[in-house]
Amino acid sequence: MFDQLSERLQGTLSDLRSRGKLTEADVDKAMREIRLALLEADVNFKVTKKFVADVREQAIGSGVLESLDPGQMVVKVVNEQLAELMGGSGRELVFASKAPTVILMAGLQGSGKTTATAKLAKHLRGEDKAVGVAACDTQRPAAVEQLTKLGEQAGATVYAQGTDRDPVDIAEWALGQARAEGLDVLIIDTAGRLHIDQELMDQLAEIKKRTKPHDVLLVVDAMTGQDAVNVAEQFAEATEFDGVLMSKLDGDARGGAALSVKAVTGKPILYVSTGEKLEQLERFHPDRMAQRILGMGDVLSLIEKAEKDLDTSEAEELERKMRQDQFTLDDFLKQLKQVRKMGPLTSVLGMVPGMGKAMKELRNADLDDRELDRLEAMILSMTPEERANPDVIRGSRRRRIAAGSGTNVQAVKQLTKQFDQMRKMMKMMASGKMPSPESMIRGQLGTRRR
Amino acid sequence: MPTTWAELLDLGDREPVAGDVAPAAAAEPKERRGIFRRLRESLATSREALGAELSSSLFETLDTEAWEQLEEALIMADVGARTTAEVVGRLEAEVESGRVEGGEAARARLVELLADLASSGRGTIDLRPSPAVVLVVGVNGTGKTTSVGKLAWHLQKEAGLSVMLAAADTYRAAAVEQLGTWAERAGCEIVKAETGQDAGAVVFDAISAAEARGSDVVLIDTAGRLHTRNDLMEELAKVRRVIDKRIGRGPAETLIVVDATTGQNGLRQAKVFSDAVEVTGVVLTKLDGTAKGGIALAIAGELGIPVKLIGVGEGIEDLRPFDAREFSAALVGE
Repeated sequence: MFDQLSERLQGTLSDLRSRGKLTEADVDKAMREIRLALLEADVNFKVTKKFVADVREQAIGSGVLESLDPGQMVVKVVNEQLAELMGGSGRELVFASKAPTVILMAGLQGSGKTTATAKLAKHLRGEDKAVGVAACDTQRPAAVEQLTKLGEQAGATVYAQGTDRDPVDIAEWALGQARAEGLDVLIIDTAGRLHIDQELMDQLAEIKKRTKPHDVLLVVDAMTGQDAVNVAEQFAEATEFDGVLMSKLDGDARGGAALSVKAVTGKPILYVSTGEKLEQLERFHPDRMAQRILGMGDVLSLIEKAEKDLDTSEAEELERKMRQDQFTLDDFLKQLKQVRKMGPLTSVLGMVPGMGKAMKELRNADLDDRELDRLEAMILSMTPEERANPDVIRGSRRRRIAAGSGTNVQAVKQLTKQFDQMRKMMKMMASGKMPSPESMIRGQLGTRRR
Repeated sequence: MPTTWAELLDLGDREPVAGDVAPAAAAEPKERRGIFRRLRESLATSREALGAELSSSLFETLDTEAWEQLEEALIMADVGARTTAEVVGRLEAEVESGRVEGGEAARARLVELLADLASSGRGTIDLRPSPAVVLVVGVNGTGKTTSVGKLAWHLQKEAGLSVMLAAADTYRAAAVEQLGTWAERAGCEIVKAETGQDAGAVVFDAISAAEARGSDVVLIDTAGRLHTRNDLMEELAKVRRVIDKRIGRGPAETLIVVDATTGQNGLRQAKVFSDAVEVTGVVLTKLDGTAKGGIALAIAGELGIPVKLIGVGEGIEDLRPFDAREFSAALVGE
C-alpha cells in the first residue's frame, strides 16, 4: 500500500539525506519533486499546495539547514507533516455505554461498503463482541444476498428483509432485533449513493436520525482521484460522518485520497481494508503509516499483530530450541503456522523496517501463500524421524515425499538444503552474530525466481 | 469518432433492426424522466464544477497565472500532471507563436486538443463476428455488472441483436444473482456459474449456448480484480485463452470499466489489464457524479485506448456512446 508514493518520496529524500549541507535551492528542488509525487498519488491539489508550503517553511525557516544533519532533519519534518496530514495519532471507534453500539456505513457505489461491513463485523468478532449486520442496501440487485453470505462467513447475525421494504424501516427493525438479542454491535450497510442525489442523501440522514449511530463511517475507495474531497464534504454535510474506512488499499493505488480527506473534512481514517479476505482489515495509525510511507517500517503494528495472533508459550519454546540448536522440521512447521495466522505473508512482511525493497523482490518472485502450502505439504509427508533428522532424507525417501506432497524431488531437496542453512543461521544468531533480516527471510522462505 | 449508437456499433453484414425489448420504463418504473434531460443535467454538473474554475475571463488574459489556473483545473479533473503539462504546453506554444489568437479561439483549440486525445484508436464496437464475444473486465466496484446489463439492453434495443450473458464473476458473493436480475430486466438469456466455479468453464458454456441458439453477441461479465493480483490477472488471461481456443480467435472487443472517480491509478489499471487481455476500449462509469473522469483522457492519450461508452446513471438506459467533443467541452466549460 502507498508503495509508489513511498518509493518516490524515499528517492527524493534519500537524495537529500546523502548531502552534508543543504541550500535553499536543494530544498526547493526536493519540494518540486514531492509536489509531483503527491499529485501523481492523487493527493488533492489544494492539500498538496499547502503541504509543500508548510514543509518548505519549516525546513528553511527553523534553522534546519544550519543543523548538523540537515537532510535527516528535512526527512523528519516531512514525516511529521505527513502524519499530521493523515490525522495525528489516530482515533478509535466509540462504543456505547449501553449496548448495542450502532455503526452506520455510507459511501458511493462500488466503494466497497458491503465487503467493509462484513470485514468490520469479523474484526469486532475477533474482539469477542457479538455482532449483527443489517442489510439496508435494497437498491443494488443481490446486495442483500451478498451481505447475507459474507455476514454469515464473518460470524455475525444477519438482519435482512429482502428489498421491498424501506431501508429506514429495515434499519430500525434490525436495531430492535439487535437490542432484544443482546448484541454488542450492529453494523448497518446502506446502498451506495451519489453525494449529489438529494433523495438518497435525505434517506441516509433519516436512517441516521432513527437509529442514532455511535459511529458513522464513510467508505472511500483508495483509488479515488481528486473528487474524493467533494464526496467527503457532501457526505459530511448530510450525515456528519465520524471517520473514514479506506478500501482497496492493497492495489498499487497511492492512496492520496486518504491523505486528503482528513485534511479537508477533519475526519480521521479509522480503518484500512487491504484485500479480498474478510480478515484483511487493519486499524489505521497515521503516524505509523507516515513512517511506512517513508520506508521506516511499522514495527509497532507488527508487534501488536504478533501479540494478538501468536501463542506466546509456543513461541518461547521455539526460541529456546533455536538457541540450543534443537530446531527440527516439526518446529519449523509450527513456526510456519504461527506466521500464517498473522495473515497473508506480504502484508506481514511490509511492516518490517527495511523490507520495502525486499518485498518488491519477493513479489516479483511470485512468492505467495501457495508456496507456503507446498512447504507444509512436504513436511507433512515426512515421517517423524525424517522431521527430527532431515539428514536421513535421501533418494527413495525424497521420491516418496515428493509423491506424497504433490511436488517434485528438486523441491524436497531445496527444502532440506534451506532448512540446513537456516539452522546454521540460527546458530549464528544464538552466538550473537545477527544476519540482516532480509537475508534471513529470503533464506527461510526459499524465494524462487521465475 | 462515433457519437450515436448506429455509428458506434460496427455490425458488418448484419441488418440493424428495431429491437423488441421491454421498455426501460417497465424495468425502472420510477426512472421516467427524459433521457436527454438527464444527460444534460449530469453533464451540467461536471461543467458547473469545472466552469467555476475556468472563468470566462481566464481565456481573455492568457498570462502566466491563467496557464497555471488552467493546469490546476485539469489536474483537479484527474487528467494527471503529465498529460496536463503536455496539453497546456502545446496550447501555450500555439498561442505564443500566434497560430491561435484570442480567448475564444484558445478555448476552442483546447477543446479540440482534448478531444483529439480522447479519440485515439478505433472508436467503434466491433460486432461483426457471429457470435461476437465481448469481454468486460476491470477492478472491483467500477460497475462492470451494471454496465454489462445496460449494454445487453441497448444492443437489443438499438440493433435488434440477441444477447447471451455469461456470468463469469464466480468470486464475489451474489454477483451471479446480480447479473441475473439485469438479464431479466434486459430480457436476454444468461449462462450462470456456481460461486467458486471456474470462470473459463462458464465462458465456454456461454459461447456454446450462444452458438446453439444463434445468439448474435456473447457478453461476458468477469470478477472484479485488482490489477496488482498476479494470480487473478493470470486467471483472466486464461479466460481469454479459453475464448481463443473455443472460437479460434480472441474476443471481438475487450472493454475495461473505469470509474470516473478514479485517480491516477486508472492509468496503471488500464496498462496492466491491457497487457493481460488486450483491452480495446474503456467504459467510463459514474459520470453522473461530480467526478469529471479526466483519467480517461490520460488513458486514451498515453495508451491509445479510446473511451467507447459512458455510464451516466442507475437506469437501464443510462449508458451511451462517448462523444469526445462534448466530453472535452464539458471539461473546459463552454
